[in-house]
Amino acid sequence: MSITVMDRQIIEALQGGLPLVPTPFAEVAARLEMDEATLIDRLAALKASGVIRRIAAAPNHYMLGMVANGMTVWDVEDTRITVLGAQIGALPFVTHCYERPRALPDWPYNLFAMVHGATRDEVSEKRAQIAAILGDACRTSDILYSTRILKKTGLRLKEST
Amino acid sequence: MTPLDDTDRHILNHLQDDLPLVANPYAEVAAELGLTEADLLARLTRLKQDRMITRFGPFFDATAMGGAFCLCAMAVPEERFDSVLIKVNAHPEVAHNYERTHHLNMWFVLATETPEGIGATADAIEQETGLTVLRFPKLQEFFIGFRVAA
Repeated sequence: MSITVMDRQIIEALQGGLPLVPTPFAEVAARLEMDEATLIDRLAALKASGVIRRIAAAPNHYMLGMVANGMTVWDVEDTRITVLGAQIGALPFVTHCYERPRALPDWPYNLFAMVHGATRDEVSEKRAQIAAILGDACRTSDILYSTRILKKTGLRLKEST
Repeated sequence: MTPLDDTDRHILNHLQDDLPLVANPYAEVAAELGLTEADLLARLTRLKQDRMITRFGPFFDATAMGGAFCLCAMAVPEERFDSVLIKVNAHPEVAHNYERTHHLNMWFVLATETPEGIGATADAIEQETGLTVLRFPKLQEFFIGFRVAA
């Protein structure tokens, strides 16, 4: 969907987060010189169109003691990936789970599941739980631990043209 | 820094779901959690100050605004890692970049204003570095979210 100038202002105003006060939308609306009901209506429209996925907390895995993170990757039979992917995505320790194209011959994996844990042993044990669910639908798998964050930025919007 | 108690954990899990779009959303969530609004706001403020929460607010999907994302990977020779990293990170389209334990050792996400921007940026990185940029756009997403042990 194409977003309006007003939507863009709303998105920019909320990039830093929602204020932690009893009436957060009223506070943001005042900053944008619009009324609270208008802001809530626009936010509802942005949610309906998928621009806003949800309004929620982003936990800091590292500070919560989840210092090991492994990208587990799996070569799953194409005909079974939709059903199995949903099961893997529903596991409480999987934060992101996607089907992606293989890049043969280098990369035979089509299911990516990000697993967080306190230690690599814990992550490895969770990988085994995923393997048990996939069973014979999975031909081969691997795990890639992150060793360094090389860059991390938030969503940035280009200025309106 | 205050250690997390059970109420904090409950809040962290609950607030990864959607906040209602009403005038007093925290009061509504507090009621669901059996807390007062003031207690919930005080705890959220502390969790943010202690960086247990990196952010509280809307999660935007750039693809719904016409933009695109793509996970990319490169096999960077160790001796060239730092110089390649400078070239890759110089692109503002590179949103996240992680070093990982694999011969494909550099994994980054491209975020662009248009779908065509993905190919253009990946091609530019290939030209600048002489290395192949493997592209792994998402075909399907299976999402539920993260839960701390309660």
